Amino acid sequence: MSTGNMNLTLKVWRQKNNNTKGALVDYKLSGISPDMSFLEMFDVLNEDLINKGEEPVVFDHDCREGICGMCSMFINGRPHGPKDLVTTCQLHMRSFKDGDTIVVEPWRAAAFPVVKDLTVDRSAFDRVIAAGGFISVNTGNAQDANNLPIPKMQADAAFEAAACIGCGACVATCKNASAMLFVSAKISQLALLPQGQPERYRRVQSMVAQMDAEGFGNCTNTGACEAECPKGISLENIARMNRDFATSKFISEETV
Amino acid sequence: MSGFGNAFSSSIGKKFIMGITGLFLILFLIVHCFINALIFINDGGLTFNIGAHFMATNWLIRAGEVVLFIGLLVHIFQALRLTLQNQKARPVKYAVNDGKANSKWYSRSMGLLGTLLLIFLVVHLKDFWVVSRFTGIPTVDANGHEDLYAVMREKFQDPVRVAVYILAMFSLCYHLLHGFASAFQTLGWNHSKYNGLIKGFGVWYSIIISILFAAMPIAVYAGLIN
Repeated sequence: MSTGNMNLTLKVWRQKNNNTKGALVDYKLSGISPDMSFLEMFDVLNEDLINKGEEPVVFDHDCREGICGMCSMFINGRPHGPKDLVTTCQLHMRSFKDGDTIVVEPWRAAAFPVVKDLTVDRSAFDRVIAAGGFISVNTGNAQDANNLPIPKMQADAAFEAAACIGCGACVATCKNASAMLFVSAKISQLALLPQGQPERYRRVQSMVAQMDAEGFGNCTNTGACEAECPKGISLENIARMNRDFATSKFISEETV
Repeated sequence: MSGFGNAFSSSIGKKFIMGITGLFLILFLIVHCFINALIFINDGGLTFNIGAHFMATNWLIRAGEVVLFIGLLVHIFQALRLTLQNQKARPVKYAVNDGKANSKWYSRSMGLLGTLLLIFLVVHLKDFWVVSRFTGIPTVDANGHEDLYAVMREKFQDPVRVAVYILAMFSLCYHLLHGFASAFQTLGWNHSKYNGLIKGFGVWYSIIISILFAAMPIAVYAGLIN
């Protein structure tokens, strides 16, 4: 696998578990191919470590094709590295230069405790979804698609919000570790469609309350989340969530 | 008031308060800047003193002044609360964090810019507000109004004070550059047909208001206003 010619210095965050302190550890790698993905480069590192009898670096990954949202490295100060609109697994070593030093850290947020090394516990996101990121209908036969006419613009906006893979890059890059982009995408994908209307204002209250309970920070509209999101989720979703939140608190008579 | 629940204590609610008080302070700056710009009429401060006299004596303005101070204090208090919470949301900092790759420095430095403005405000209030409301303005002008204009001319003979005011206006400009559009976004006023207008107006507002304010001490110090 290592048939390339890149020499790299990695500074990787090593942390045994959430109760111990971590530190950056230096590793030298040679013979890295520019065609490798960033995770394949980590596979090479881990094979080296295993051969030397050391603990391999624990990191999250699953599909390795940019759609599952599992990979989560903070690379040289940016989530998913220097490229826009890609996840770490879709980042390739050709985006780096021979001789580079690359600093790799886990997502850092109180709501995302480190499990080990570069792996963090993102179940806070699951709990936010469980608080209201769904519609309550009994399943059955699929309806005729024309039963619910949806304007194209509306459908597109909902689809764009639904592209969120829940990787947590927005939280990782936000100076306040705020989860507003994630939560707003999950609210918007339903708020924009007719099926989401019955629970629209109940949903925004429950999900925002859960987001706050998880200990995420508060949004200051720096726009870093939108810039770093591998799926290009727009800040418009945050404005929509804020609007819905105001409506739910001051206009809707339903309280949660 | 039952049923509002955590309307203002939730993260979004707290941001609403920041946005509303911020927009209120933005409106105040327009009034403040307009009255102060009367010095540029260059009539020995007669018009300016009429404006200052009105602002100091009209009961509606005085009541508004109380609301203004409350708005300012709420803006500051809420900012402190939010900042402390935000720091708690990331207890372990990044060793390397490339903020400039994804956001403007002033959007990440609102707390610092705001603190500089607060320090300036203490100086500024002591310079003019305390004098005009409490310790008294020593002289009157030809119309018999308190001569705040003379106080201002005297204060702006000091180059250090002029420099402090100019630097503060840089802070103000950058604070507003982020704050203006940010308040609209926080309040959910995001609309594809108006976003350009809000952003564009915000930039022009921030620059013009800061330049106008900064021009006052400069003009007085340079002797352009008599």
